[in-house]
Order: sequence, then C-alpha cells, then structure tokens
Amino acid sequence: GSRQLPGVGILPLRSPSSVHACAQVKRALRYQERLAAGTTRFCAGIVSTARHVSIELKMADYSNKLYQQLEQETGVQTGYMKTGSISLAQTQDRLISLKRIASSLNVMGIPCEIITPKQVAQLHPLINIHDLVGAMYVPEDALVSSANVSLALATAASRNGVQIHERTSVSHVLIQKGRVTGVETDRGKIQCQYFVNCAGQVGLLKLSPSLVPVKDRWRSLSLLNSLPTSFLSSAAIVDLDGRIYIRNWQGGILSGGFEKNPKPLFTEGRNQLEIQNLQEDWDHFEPLLSALLRRMPDLEALQIMQLVNCPESFTPDMRCIMGESPTVRGYFVLAGMNSAGISYGGGAGKYLAEWMVNGYPSENVWPLDLKRFGTLQSSRTFLRHRVMEVMPLMCDLKVPRWDFQTGRQLRTSPLYDRLDAQGARWMEKHGFERVKYFVPPGKDLLDLDQSKTFYKPDWFDIVGSEVKCCKEAVCVIDMSSFTKFEISSTGDQALESLQYLFSNDLDVPVGHVVHTGMLNEKGGYENDCSIARLSKRSFFMISPTDQQVHCWAWLKNRLPNDSNLTMEDVTWKYTALNLIGPRAVDVLSELSYAPITPEHFPSLFCKEMSVGYANGIRVMSITHTGEPGFMLYIPIEYALHVYNEVMNMGQKYGIRNAGYYALRSLRIEKFFAFWGQDLDAFTTPMECGREFQVKLDKGMQFVGQEALLEQKQNGVYKRFTMFILEDHDTDMDLWPWWGEPIFRNGRYVGKTTSSAYSYTLERHVCLGFVHHFDEKTGEELVVTTDFINQGEYEIDIAGQRFQAKAKLYPFSSLFTHRRRKDEVELSGYQRE
Amino acid sequence: MELHCLSGSLSLPYCYLSGCKSYRIYAELLAIPVRSSRLPLLSDAMPAPTHLFPLIRNCEISRICSTVCYCHHKHLCCFSSHFAHGHFRYAPQKRFAALYRPKENFNHFIHARDYASTPQRFYLTPPQVNSILKANEYSFKVPEFDGKNVSSVLGFDSNQLPANAPIEDRRSAATCLQTRGMLLGVFDGHAGCACAQAVSERLFYYIAVSLLPHETLLEIENAVESGRALLPILQWHKHPNDYFSKEASKLYFNSLRTYWQELIDLNSGETTDVKEALINAFKRLDNDISLEAQVGDPNSFLNYLVLRVAFSGATACVAHVDGVDLHVANTGDSRAMLGVQEEDGSWSAVNLSYDHNAQNEREVERVKTEHPKSEEKSLVKQDRLLGLLMPFRAFGDVKFKWSIELQKRVVESGPDQLNDNEYTKFIPPNYHTPPYLTAEPEVIHHKLRPQDKFLVLATDGLWETMHRQDVARIVGEYLTGVHHQQPIAVGGYKVTLGQMHGLLTERRARISSVFEDQNAATHLIRHAVGNNEFGTVDHERLSKMLSLPEELARMYRDDITIIVVQFNSHVIGACQNEEL
Repeated sequence: GSRQLPGVGILPLRSPSSVHACAQVKRALRYQERLAAGTTRFCAGIVSTARHVSIELKMADYSNKLYQQLEQETGVQTGYMKTGSISLAQTQDRLISLKRIASSLNVMGIPCEIITPKQVAQLHPLINIHDLVGAMYVPEDALVSSANVSLALATAASRNGVQIHERTSVSHVLIQKGRVTGVETDRGKIQCQYFVNCAGQVGLLKLSPSLVPVKDRWRSLSLLNSLPTSFLSSAAIVDLDGRIYIRNWQGGILSGGFEKNPKPLFTEGRNQLEIQNLQEDWDHFEPLLSALLRRMPDLEALQIMQLVNCPESFTPDMRCIMGESPTVRGYFVLAGMNSAGISYGGGAGKYLAEWMVNGYPSENVWPLDLKRFGTLQSSRTFLRHRVMEVMPLMCDLKVPRWDFQTGRQLRTSPLYDRLDAQGARWMEKHGFERVKYFVPPGKDLLDLDQSKTFYKPDWFDIVGSEVKCCKEAVCVIDMSSFTKFEISSTGDQALESLQYLFSNDLDVPVGHVVHTGMLNEKGGYENDCSIARLSKRSFFMISPTDQQVHCWAWLKNRLPNDSNLTMEDVTWKYTALNLIGPRAVDVLSELSYAPITPEHFPSLFCKEMSVGYANGIRVMSITHTGEPGFMLYIPIEYALHVYNEVMNMGQKYGIRNAGYYALRSLRIEKFFAFWGQDLDAFTTPMECGREFQVKLDKGMQFVGQEALLEQKQNGVYKRFTMFILEDHDTDMDLWPWWGEPIFRNGRYVGKTTSSAYSYTLERHVCLGFVHHFDEKTGEELVVTTDFINQGEYEIDIAGQRFQAKAKLYPFSSLFTHRRRKDEVELSGYQRE
Repeated sequence: MELHCLSGSLSLPYCYLSGCKSYRIYAELLAIPVRSSRLPLLSDAMPAPTHLFPLIRNCEISRICSTVCYCHHKHLCCFSSHFAHGHFRYAPQKRFAALYRPKENFNHFIHARDYASTPQRFYLTPPQVNSILKANEYSFKVPEFDGKNVSSVLGFDSNQLPANAPIEDRRSAATCLQTRGMLLGVFDGHAGCACAQAVSERLFYYIAVSLLPHETLLEIENAVESGRALLPILQWHKHPNDYFSKEASKLYFNSLRTYWQELIDLNSGETTDVKEALINAFKRLDNDISLEAQVGDPNSFLNYLVLRVAFSGATACVAHVDGVDLHVANTGDSRAMLGVQEEDGSWSAVNLSYDHNAQNEREVERVKTEHPKSEEKSLVKQDRLLGLLMPFRAFGDVKFKWSIELQKRVVESGPDQLNDNEYTKFIPPNYHTPPYLTAEPEVIHHKLRPQDKFLVLATDGLWETMHRQDVARIVGEYLTGVHHQQPIAVGGYKVTLGQMHGLLTERRARISSVFEDQNAATHLIRHAVGNNEFGTVDHERLSKMLSLPEELARMYRDDITIIVVQFNSHVIGACQNEEL
C-alpha cells in the first residue's frame, strides 16, 4: 500500500499502532513538499481533550498519551509539556457547556475540574479574571511542537519500514474495477492496495470525487520577550468567548484564534504548495489582539515577533473527515481537522490504520465518516458559504438543536412552500430541509441568537400541542428526506442477496413490511431500515436520511455483480407523508374508498392504493414512532394533490401539521431507537432489545449471524435502556441532550444517546446504554436484566445528577390505557 | 531677552508700525522644536497657550490682545502686522508665520521660558468633532430624469473648515442655465475676505456671460431694457452660510451689464471658446474690481466695500464641466486635481492646475520677463512677490497693480477708515513698474475618460497638509467604499503588543470614519486635520486641532475649502463612444 500527502495539510497520523499496521502492508509515504511543511508547522500545538463529540475526545486522549511517550521511543524532541489547559467562561452558558465536557471527561478517567475565577488567578497569575464566571481546568492536557511531533512520528514510521518520499507529487491514483491499484507520481509508479489522501483541500479537490473540506485562515501570533519564568510551565489558556488561545512558546507566548469574519481561501486549482504564510494581516487580527490584551493586560509591553497567517481546513459540520471513499475501494481520506489536527492526529491515525487492517476501526467513527456527506455537500459555493459560517462557530456556544444557516434549501420536498407558508421552521439533514415544528399564526418565537439555550426551549408548548394532536387526532409529517432504494431482480437474486445482508427474514408474503437491521460481521447496525416486499422479486427499502451514501456503498460492495440484479436510489422520486394518530385510519379510508380497518390493513403492511385522484400511492401501515398511522409514499407529481386532499379531508378529524420535534418526542417515549443517534456499527439488535427483528433460524446464513448467536448464548455487554428522570424540573433545570453520563448506584455505567421530553409522561426520557464494569478491574461484564432492574440510576447533566428510573420496555400498557380513556372522554363530551 | 520680548509684546501699537525684526528672530528661534515634527508641536506647544491665555487675559495685556482680535476681524486694519514681515497668509513657513503676530509670540515665549504646568487635557467628543466638521458641509446631486442622469457630473460634495475668523476662503457652485455645463470654484482670500467674497459672487456670472451666444445676450439685454423678467443665467448650489452681498448687487449687476453690452457690440460671430471665455471673464472681473474702487460710490458703505475688495486679494480655481470637456481655470495657488482609478483599482492623481507661486519656475520666469532686468532681484524675495505676496496671480490686491500715484490718490480721497489704515498706505518696496500682479488664469483643458472618477478643487489649506496622491486615494476609497489599506508589517521593527493594538484600533477607526461622513469633502478634511504619522485619523489629534482657540487655530492650519466633484463614468463612456 501507499500513502501520499501531496501538498499542504499534513497530519501526524503515523502513530505507532498505525505504523505497526503499516509495517504489515509495506507502504510509502509521499510528500509533494517537505514533511510538515503545511499548517502543521504553525499549529498551536495544544493537545486538548476538551471536545464535545465523544469520538473526538477519545482521539485527543489517545494522541496525548501517544505524544507523551513519543520522545522516549524515537529520540526526537517533541517539546511535550504536560502543562494542562484552562478553558475560560465569561458567561454562565459557556460554563454550562464546559461543565458538560467536564462530566464526560471525568467518566473517561481524564482528570478535570471546574474552577472559580480565583483559582484561575492562582494557576495563571497573568490572567485578568474580572469578567470570568468560571473555568475548566484539565491538568493533563499538553503542549507539543507540532512540527517535531510529525518528525518523531515519521522517524518511528521509518524504523518500521515505511519509506518516505519527500518532494514527490502524485499525478493520479490508479483505479481498476473500483479498487485502488497504485499511484502515478512524478518519480514513477507505485503499486498499492490502499491509498490515503491526507493532502487536505488541495489533494482532495484534485484527486477525489466527493469530498468536502475547505481551507480557511486562522492566525497565530508569536511574541518574544522576557516573561516571568513561572509562565513557562503554566497552562494553555483557551478563551472561547474571546475566541483566542494562549500558550507559552519558546520563552514567549503564542496566541491565535478564530476570527468572527474569516477569509475563505480556495486554491482554485492552482498548485499552491509550499505554504507561504499568507501575508500577515494585522487588521484582521485586531479583534483577537484586543481579546488577548483584555485577557492578559500585562502582555502590552511584550514585543511582537511574528504574525503567522496560515490556511486551515474546515468541514461543513465542524467534524473531521475520515474513511473509505464510497466509490473507490482502498481509497482512504483523512482531512478537515478544523484546526485541531494536533489533538486528533494520533487518534485519527490509529483509527484509520485499524480501518484498513481490520476493515473497521475499534470505535464508532460514524460522526467522522466521509460517507456522512453526499456529493451535494462538496459544491464549491456550498463550501464557501458554509465554511464562512462554521469557522466563527468553532468558538461559539454549542447548544442543543443548532442548525446551520448557510447552504440551506438545497434538497426540499415539493411541499416546502406550502409548509413554509403555514409557519414551518426548518432544520437540515444531509442537505434536506425538514420541519422542526409549525409556529401557529400570531405566535412569535425568539430570535435565532436568543433562542440558544441549555434550558427549556421556546418551542416547548408548540411541540406539545403537535404531540397531543398525534395522540388524540391525526397529524401529517413530511418525511420525504428518508433514503429510499428499490432492489429488484429477474430471478431470486434480490431476495437471496437481501436475506444474506439483512438480519430479519425478508421471505415474507408480498405486501408485508419488515423492520430489519443491516448488520456487519460483528452484528452491529450498519443501517436500520424498513423493507417492503413489493413483489416476489422487488423490494422497497427505507433508511434514515443520512444513509444515502453509506448504505448505497455498503450494498454496492456486497451485492453480487449481476446484471440481473438492480438497485436504484429512488429517494427523489417519492414524497413521504406520515399520517400519525388514531384518526389517520378515518382520513385515509375516506380518501381511498377502501377499507383500512386493521382487519383489512393490519400493521406492517404495504398496499398500492389511490388517494384522491392519484393512483399508485404506496401506503404502509408504519409510522416510525409507535403510534398508529400510515406512511404514504407518493410519486412527487402527486405530492401537492395528496397533501391537499389529506388536509381537506382531515379537517373534520382535527388534522394539523407536525414536525420532527414532535416525532422525536413520540419515538423516544416509545423507546424507539434511531440509527445514527442510538444505534451504530457497534450496537447489535440483542443489545437494544430487538431480538424479534433477527431471525437466527431463517434457514440461511446472514451477515453478523455468528456474532449474534454468540451474544444470544453468552449475553450482552451493554443494554439499551430507557430512563425517566424523576426529580428533574423541566422549567428550571438544564435539559438533557445526549452524551450525559449514566450512573448506577453511584458508578459510571454508560452514556445517554438521545433524550426528549415526553408530553404524555410529563417527564424527560433519556435513552442510553448501560454497561457493567467490574468494580475492581473495570473489565466489561455481561449485562443482565436483573442488573438493569436492580440499580439506582442517576443522569449527570452538566455536573448535576438527576434520579432516573430505568426501563427495558416501553410503557405500552400505560399508553393503551390512557388512549382508551381519552377516547371515552372524546366521545363523552364535546371537547374544545 | 525675557524682558525685551515682553516689552515687545506689550508695546503692540509700536510693532504694528515698525518693530518687526525682533519678532522674526524669535519666530525662528521658537520654530526649531516645531519644525522637527508635527506631533511635538501639538503635545508640547498646545497646553501652554490654552492654559496660559486666561492668565494673561486677566492682566492688562488682555486689553491689547482683544484689540488685536478685534482688528483682525476688520480685515483691513491689522494688515500692518501681516505686512510687517510679508504677507501673513503666505508666510514662508506658515506655522511660524503665526508667531509674527505679537500675541502669539508672547504666549510662545512664555512657554519657551519653560512653564512646567501640567497640560490641561480637554478633548472634544466624537459627536462634537463631527458637528464642527459638518457645520459647513454641502452636497448636491444632479437630478435624474427618467431614472437617468445624462450629465457627466453625478454631483458634488463641498465643505469648509475655518482657521481664520472669519474664514477667508469662499466656494461657489452653479449650473449654467443658458449654456450647458456646471461651474465650481474655490477662492482663497488674503488680507481679509472681501475680495474672495466678491469674486465668489461675481466670477461665475462673468464666465456665464462670456459663454453666452450672441442671441442670448441680446435677449437678456432687451429684457433688462424693457424691464421684463430676466432669463436666469445661473442656478446656484449654495450652503446657507454662503451669503451674497445684497447691498452691492446693483453695483455688481451694472458692471456685468456693461460687460455684456460690450460683448454684444463686439459680436465676433465666432462660437465661444470656453478657454477664451474663462480668461476673459477672469480678466474682466478683476478689471471691474479695480475700476469700481477707482470710481468709488456715493454710498459710503459701498464705497468702503469696493475699496476693501480691491485692496484685499483672492485666488481662484474654477472648473467648468460640460460633457467630457473639463476646463480648469486657475489664478493663484489653489489647486485642481483629478482622481483616476487605474485598472488594478488603485488611485492616482492628475494635476489640472499649476500653482502660481515661487515654486513654479515658469511663473517666476514670467514675472521676470514682464519687468525690467534691473528689478530682477527685488521681484521675488523669500519666495514672495516683491518679498510680500505668496501667490503670483490674484484678484484684487491693487497695491500690486496700481501705480503709486493712483494708490495714494484713492487712499487719500477714500473714507477715513481706509486712510487710517497703515496697510493701505504702505507701498511695497521696490515698486517701480506696476502692475506686478495679474488675475489672468491659466486654463487646462482635459477630455474626461471613464477612469476619471472625481475632481478635487481645494485651497492650499488642504494641499499643505496632504499629498495629492493621498487625497486621490482617500477620496477614491471613500467614493467606492473599497479600502486599500497598506498592510502593516512588523518585519524587523521592535513593536510591542500595546503599540500594535493602538495602531490597529486607529486603523479600524479610519474605516469607521468613512461611515461617519456622508460627504467626501468632510471626509477629506477629517484626514487633513486629524491624520497622524501613520496616515490614519487620530481622534485625539483631531479633537485638539478643532478645539484650538480661534486666535491659535491659524498657527496650526489654514482655512480649508474643498469641492469634490464626482463624475458619471457611464455617461462619459457613452460620450466617448459617440465621439469615436
């Protein structure tokens, strides 16, 4: 194999483990320019584990541990200094955000403390603490010299047999039958099986099809002068509200930050290679300088050494990009570190090496997977706009339910305008606009900036009434964003292939809908979907929105290469309307003049029917929420007609529009796991109570079967559990989001994966996984039902613990009871 | 020395007449620290006057000082002090020139004696600064028809900042109604403002009349003759502060009428050449000013007025824009400059006038050829005409035009105020072959191109403080809203973070000052007065300069008058294409 890094962004991804991996597949590193000639040289070199996304946190933690031993292993000085880092909070909201990180750091065993401004002053005497409300101190965070770390890693790699070619440029990647076979360089051809593109923006634009990192600028400022010696070992300062960081650097200070008004930089195809530091631009740095002097007024007398201005890669969602190309096997990408390259580098290298060697990394890296983007997100204009938005956001408060404002209205349902006119508020997923909720006429919500909160949001009552309508009458939710594939064949190939790839039994009568996982060899969910058998030989598959690229690649790589077996992405062909609620039956039967009663149309069925004037509407009796109702898959030209018919007919049943927030509340209180949030490639059906969706005895082998069999025999090591917060005050307390640590009898057992307010229970519900760690060794033990049931649980929200009741099954009986009671009430009185 | 100087200051009446040499010496002595740089002047010299003046005023001296101030307002009576050392307004180093005035000399001298009083800091707030800067601003936008502006001029911004009290600069702008074109001009008065005022009122009428075709002149004459309503000749664009003298209008009108009657009689039949018309108008007006003073007026007020006009002087820089034809007629040392946008977006300046002063070799040559060789040495002394006057061409200033006999006769027969004035009596030295001064302008014709974006007309108060290249850039960036700030580079210099921060804050303020101004001329004045050594507006400096007491302002700056004319590139481009 061969790895190449033409041009700029060089990642120190040669971690020893990846080097070990490399050694097995002899590889050569190629650099168009010198090693670490890019942004790496001017990297702040702060290895900080204060990350919001748990996988990023793990990567940073690994990097830190790796760099610590690197100097000893290689003899190359890396400048590693365990100085710790202090993240400052100027506002209460910022402090909450830091407390959330602190909770997740603590449960990972990374020491971390929330400290008062006074303690900050003790740790770092130069800091002006007058405008601070608190800070987070991570004593084990470290400083390194980025360039030297790269060198040390390269040295280690060379020792393990890796060849490094500097000043070599790759002209193109050789691909045969969708697989990488080698690279063509200006110094000849190199055969390889794997190719990793770490070249950042330049390399990605030039060599690969569907990638999305963007360069932008950030600044480092170096100053040199005599400083109190105590400063040399003092902690790195991250002042997010001031958008700056400060660290000691060769006897002086290095400071930089993320400006509010970044300058985008596109190389526009030019071969801008050896990174000349873009001309120093002091005027642009002025706000950061002001923030710096405000934070450390004493620095005023320091002399300026240099202002360095270098490009940095950013991605559309502020998370880095790694993984295999969806179209070319063996073509790997690692890029878009959003200026945290030194923190992620070690961990990223490790995961990528595991990915190449084992087929999948040892952690769930879906949040970073290249395939989370579609081709649409690599449009130049999209990137330009989005990156301008993303970069300032790096320092902004990360609040729950944040939506990007740029690069919007790209993929929309045909009903977009209709819904928008009715007060829809939108969010975006995979480029698709989806409704969050509908603001009733005459009601005003807060401005975007003011609506940022960790507490009860302003839409609380709006969603509440939508949920109520779903429970009592009928609601319409436009769910067109879901990914839809059709797989058909001339013979039995489709059925056979799908039976092998999916865990549930798909050999059902025509017209049946099957919920099934698409598992990997370890039994983990690669996808969670609903498949309708349209005919003996064709299947209609519905998956989550962000599966469009991933699922396609997964199936393409595994379906037999048979011209008689076709797979088509029909996402764009259908508008999906979800009718939810007890009255959905009535609406649909009036519109279709067909009996829709449970006898004629039982749950999990699919029928082609006419709705209004429109023929050929695929109606399925599923709702994705556990409520009664139907999904209508409507060819897009009928979408408006069907929607209008539904709304007109539904009026007498109290129909109204609803959005995804209502859906979310409904599905979480019903204990429905969603792929991408609760389920990932490391979760098996056995661990989330979905044994019923696995047919181990369906008469043929399927992917993941062995792993599941083993789990069935030996038990599971984690268990998807539902928690109902007991002493949580919805109005006053911080709301859970996801990623909150779960404590059982005072001991950490796992984290939540999603949460929502249940309007039915009038309580917050969190979903999450419970592990069983041995009290002494920390070894993972089998989680039994008893273990779950016999514990006292607490959920930690930003450092505050709330009592929670654990449940393994939803409140189905409670719901039916309540509903029946409601119906009585409805029939008994004329309700408002 | 201390005693000597104090006595010199106290015996003011004496030095008005003669005792001048000593002042010059002091002035030069004091000038040394001042000359080295502009900033120390402010930081060192400033506090002393503001602080000390009240003290002195309380003494007996205050009486004298106020006399001086009073005289100054009277334009004519304080000339002696100016002329004692040459024309004050045009002193070689104007910053020292102010020191010739006894009261200021006095202050400075006390300061030179080292009063270690703590500087009294007094700053204007930004709104106060703005209200001062904007007090005289005026904007005119050429009206559009059917959403189209067919004029090559989009409009103009003008503004004045006084240093003299009252200001001696004047400005005018008008649209010719009987011919096409627009007239804009700045006038810089000296030895009072009377001449500049008269020229600003009258010159455009003379130009307009010179441009009128024969038929129109006849029509106008017939209308006057038969008492019918007159065709309007000019549409003025005036700031409320720009006044016209009501008393003299009849007199002025009669002179003008005589002019057009002569033009009718002459009737050359040729089409009027703009260049010729401008030259004729300038010369004719100056001639009329001279004649009116010689003839006098039965009304004593008017009689005094015409004499004041004739004995004071004014330079004029006038632009006539008609389609792509731009004519600039200049007399004196105001300046016209064209702002050109290069293809790369940068700004450059093209001069459209020549200064008529000692720095202009051709002009010195001209003066020398007009007088006998025997006078060669006395003609230009200390960069002044006859050692006295800085501009080599001007309106009025009959002291440099009339024969000695004529001057004596007029002064003697004139009103007492004139007779009592030492200045009017004073005959320039080596005055042998008058006239030494002319009002004839040099006219430059320029065909406007699409890259010619604006024209700046300004009195020397601007050009002394700013280079034309900077003027072009500042106005160009203001008008286009695009800023090419030179990037700052630290390279090699020892700069502290604090210094850099201060500098950056100023630079940002410079950008924001653009948004503060709705008027290009105001913006330019802000820069002219407030620029620091980095070329950015420094509020502190601006505030100091604008809060100078009236008596001191003239030490640090001159009156500034600016007109910025913005051209309509689309129309100019279209005209050009038509001509091709």
